[in-house]
Amino acid sequence: MARAVTSQRKAINTAIAWTIGFLIFFPILWTILTSFKTEGTAIADPPVFLFFDWTLENYAVVQERSNYMRFLWNSVIIAGGSTLLGVIVAVPAAWAMAFVPSRRTKDILLWMLSTKMLPAVGVLYPIYLICIELGVLDNRAALVIILMLINLPIIVWMLYTYFREIPGEILEAARMDGASLRNEILYVLTPMAIPGIASTVLLNFILAWNEAFWTLNLTAVDAAPLTAFIASYSSPEGLFFAKLSAASTMAIAPILILGWFSQKQLVRGLTFGAVK
Amino acid sequence: MATQHSRSAARFMMAPAVILLLGWMLVPLTMTLYFSFKSYLPLRGGDLGWTGFDNYVRFVTSSAFWPSVITTLVIVGGVLVITVCLGILLAMLLDQPMWGQGIVRILVIAPFFVMPTVSALVWKNMFMDPTNGLLSHLWRFFGAEPVAWLSEVPTTSIVMIVSWQWLPFATLILLTAIQSLDSEQLEAAEMDGAPHLSRFFYIILPHLARAITIVVLIQTIFLLSIFAEIFVTTGGAFGTRTLTYLIYQRVLESQNVGLGSAGGVYAIILANIVAIFLMRIVGKNMDA
Repeated sequence: MARAVTSQRKAINTAIAWTIGFLIFFPILWTILTSFKTEGTAIADPPVFLFFDWTLENYAVVQERSNYMRFLWNSVIIAGGSTLLGVIVAVPAAWAMAFVPSRRTKDILLWMLSTKMLPAVGVLYPIYLICIELGVLDNRAALVIILMLINLPIIVWMLYTYFREIPGEILEAARMDGASLRNEILYVLTPMAIPGIASTVLLNFILAWNEAFWTLNLTAVDAAPLTAFIASYSSPEGLFFAKLSAASTMAIAPILILGWFSQKQLVRGLTFGAVK
Repeated sequence: MATQHSRSAARFMMAPAVILLLGWMLVPLTMTLYFSFKSYLPLRGGDLGWTGFDNYVRFVTSSAFWPSVITTLVIVGGVLVITVCLGILLAMLLDQPMWGQGIVRILVIAPFFVMPTVSALVWKNMFMDPTNGLLSHLWRFFGAEPVAWLSEVPTTSIVMIVSWQWLPFATLILLTAIQSLDSEQLEAAEMDGAPHLSRFFYIILPHLARAITIVVLIQTIFLLSIFAEIFVTTGGAFGTRTLTYLIYQRVLESQNVGLGSAGGVYAIILANIVAIFLMRIVGKNMDA
């Protein structure tokens, strides 16, 4: 807003906004703080905020006891693999829709969106059965493919909206200058498309990382990613706040950092271009 | 520029994505429909033949059905009301001039990136635990009796957890919409002496109408299928069984595939009713 604002009003805004922001962020902050406490301090009443003996012990215990690295690796493979595969399938499709639109392009896009609306629970058993029949229950490759399929509509949509912003005149100019199709794609389109592709990859990596229906229902031990790792802490006998916090912090830290970079893409990706 | 040649190339480029999604949609859907007309109990006799619409009738007449519909409506409705109302207020606040706006935005948006199993577990134990949870410390500090959140007010607790996860989404989209509001319009209204409330109801709210609709539709689709938050906290106990969770229990826990599949078909129909409205808005926007 271009209005002149008194600095007093600005100070009030700042105070209110910071307080609310802090409150919303607090559960995450509290989890991170607790992960550095001993189990005794973690449940102390009154609660201790900053002045305790910081320890890294919980992280060591969590890794030792549950082999955190294996779950992390599964998450990386599943989220990364499904995103990569999705982009490979989606880039040509989105490119064709954006640069060679036909009468049916809009219908195809909307139909793709509609497959995203299919409730997972409605097709849980068929997918479960197919995985058993093919012997790929608790298998990373199977999850890579399933997560690729559930995120494919979002990937195509995001890429489509980015590609459409690339002006067609530039392509025509390149063609006039005698660029071959290969050069056109390599030297003209790719540099302009890379930021869009990067944003798409980022958002879909986050979505796949946090996906918790298929990963919980189709994995047991071998392919279980971090979502399942954390869910295993829900049994009451293994309940230790500090260790739970350490495990949680390790599960969310990578994605929290990536997430902050993808704020803008979030709006575009999850509203299918309806809000810009 | 589109020649016949480039058209067929385009079709060829779209083919993998279209075929994959077509398979992903049709194969499981056909199987769900097929099972829904069968009496199929993998652990108790397997395929016991066709039963017509029996499963459909039994699913809606079972004693668990209506409570699960009500729980679903309460959770979806509760979360929508909370996230949209707080989201509007928060978006308007974040639109004001302040110091460190970027940092506040980051703080507000963070819960959206926390994986559902983590947020459910952190809330369940570290905040809502009746003896050691932070909320019970707070209650005791004020001399009140701590609440056993997830067994005394389980549905409210789940609404709280899910609202915390989805408030960032609503805020972010509404903020994006508010920022596109022409500030001159507001200034003009202010100069004409329109009070704060009427400025909100006659200028800001109508401007946000479309964004609110989109938030409501997209969140509804995601909220109808929340799973991890219930799986981790109550496991469907204490009346927190939603339609999604009921179907999950029928299919995987009690292995009554026929019955669960009929429930799945209901869920698909329900989601499609919401989806049609969303698609209409998105489709209209594409022409513009």
